[in-house]
Amino acid sequence: MASRTILEAMKNKRSFLFPSSPRFSIFSTRLGSTLVVAEHDGGAIRAPSLSALTATTCLPDSGSSVSLLLAGSGPSLHQAASHAASCHPSISQVLVADSDTFKSPLAEPWAKLVHMVQQRGGYSHIIAASSSFGKNVMPRAAALLDVSPVTDVTGISDSHTFVRPIYAGNALCTVRYTGAGPCILTIRATSFPAPQKSVDSKSNEASISQVDLSTFDEDLGKSRYISQTTQEDERPDLGNARIVVSGGRALKNAENFKLIENLAEKLGAAVGATRAAVDAGFVPNELQVGQTGKIVAPELYMAFGVSGAIQHIAGMRDSKVIVAVNNDADAPIFQVADYGLVGDLFEVIPELLEKLPEKK
Amino acid sequence: MKIMVAIKRVVDYAVKIRVKPDKTGVVTQNVKMSMNPFCEIALEEALRIRESGLASEVVAVSMGPAQSVDTLRTGLAMGADRGIHVEANGSLYPLSVAKILKKLVEIEKPGLLILGKQAIDDDCNQTGQMTAGLLNWPQGTFASKVVLDKEKQVVTVDREVDDGIETVSLNLPAVITTDLRLNQPRYATLPNIMKAKSKPIKKYTPEELNVEIKSDLEIVQVTEPPKRKAGVVLSSVDELIDKLKHEARVI
Repeated sequence: MASRTILEAMKNKRSFLFPSSPRFSIFSTRLGSTLVVAEHDGGAIRAPSLSALTATTCLPDSGSSVSLLLAGSGPSLHQAASHAASCHPSISQVLVADSDTFKSPLAEPWAKLVHMVQQRGGYSHIIAASSSFGKNVMPRAAALLDVSPVTDVTGISDSHTFVRPIYAGNALCTVRYTGAGPCILTIRATSFPAPQKSVDSKSNEASISQVDLSTFDEDLGKSRYISQTTQEDERPDLGNARIVVSGGRALKNAENFKLIENLAEKLGAAVGATRAAVDAGFVPNELQVGQTGKIVAPELYMAFGVSGAIQHIAGMRDSKVIVAVNNDADAPIFQVADYGLVGDLFEVIPELLEKLPEKK
Repeated sequence: MKIMVAIKRVVDYAVKIRVKPDKTGVVTQNVKMSMNPFCEIALEEALRIRESGLASEVVAVSMGPAQSVDTLRTGLAMGADRGIHVEANGSLYPLSVAKILKKLVEIEKPGLLILGKQAIDDDCNQTGQMTAGLLNWPQGTFASKVVLDKEKQVVTVDREVDDGIETVSLNLPAVITTDLRLNQPRYATLPNIMKAKSKPIKKYTPEELNVEIKSDLEIVQVTEPPKRKAGVVLSSVDELIDKLKHEARVI
């Protein structure tokens, strides 16, 4: 079964791309080729997927051939495909699945698509970002392929050995994949920084090919996408902002939380929150930082009125500089803060607003 | 309709865990264990659906060592009708759990399977999705609202995604995984804890279910994360701005 997949793969493109490479032995599934399952938005690859591309370069023998899978429909898909073709030097091929089925990120058709593309391509690794999309789709695809996925990878030791945080980041687990099937990873975007602005060199352009969907047989009726509500704002995206200003329960209400927003605006920062602040309705859920919310690692993380529960620290402990302002000198947040200020945030924030330099 | 809920026994969320000196794992002996918080939410949701008359029975299932029965008893005390324990020692990865769940679903034939979105020990966030894949059922992960339409055999789920809330509609039978904001789980009262002792817990072994527990993952080592260097406590906003500007150079 496995070797048939490989033979098919060899019949496809890779054997002619690398005709004499000894790595393509039919006795091994270690083809050293990687499939990146990418998300796109507004005609471009999303930042976490670019981080997944960075992760492929950490795989010792898989950097040689990276295929990027994009799906969706309409002009924005094809715009994203041409963005993908030139966005990273390691991409050798862009696979485009064009169908209304993939217009919304439903797990059922997407997992089936990943499964089908894997059956045809025989990749050694399949990687996606550990975003809500990746977490939803990849384990389902892994089950279809009968392999154990490795989620939220923060480090790559070798092609089958990975580091991932467990117990809310209070331990790091090094795990080795020993299975015969493809190695499925979702990576933590903050651990694999996306490359800076892409160099648009035509010489580097990867080929774009359409995924043949004629045999795609997902039973489509089982799930339907209804709607999405998104809080629109001008602030930078929480996941990859350079500065994050976050607030906790001590803000007391949504009105007071505006102080955090004002400070964020002044610093050009994203706004984060603790679970307590979200549960109390001060801010929407997508701003939650922590074990069950977003993981951030900005250059500067400023926590106001945040006690520093294990579950919150899990989401921000890798920030470069942590500032904590809290009126309780014993709050656990001070144990991880580089700079602590014991004081009333209702006095400190206005003073900061007054004294901070204007952002450039 | 029957609802099946999968629950896991984990180190209590408030415990500060310690890594074993031999780097083989985390110390779990003599450490307080509890039901995984997301599983409590899953069970609470199932109970609320039953209480609203849309389900007839809630079956709680758990896999793992003998002590998992304690966690099942907690679930029964919260209100589950009966329990199923699949006794398995050693590491159980989500793929094995998903295969066991699939078998249990085939035996029990529930209309809905509810799980927590992740266990707070391994932080995998995989089991629900994998089970749905194996069953070829639709999935509603990271649910913050669940509305069941018994007539149409459809469940509408609000999902907490990266950019906000997404709403999907799933045909039953379906798999749902719960996010923190779905509900506030109830406490088991003393009379209910007493009553739970007489509720049945059926036992299976993976062999009886014809599931082979093999793993394609092996743990090489478990280590402590790097420690942050000690910080300083400042006395004024001016000092803070000065440090951020000239020492950390971040603003």
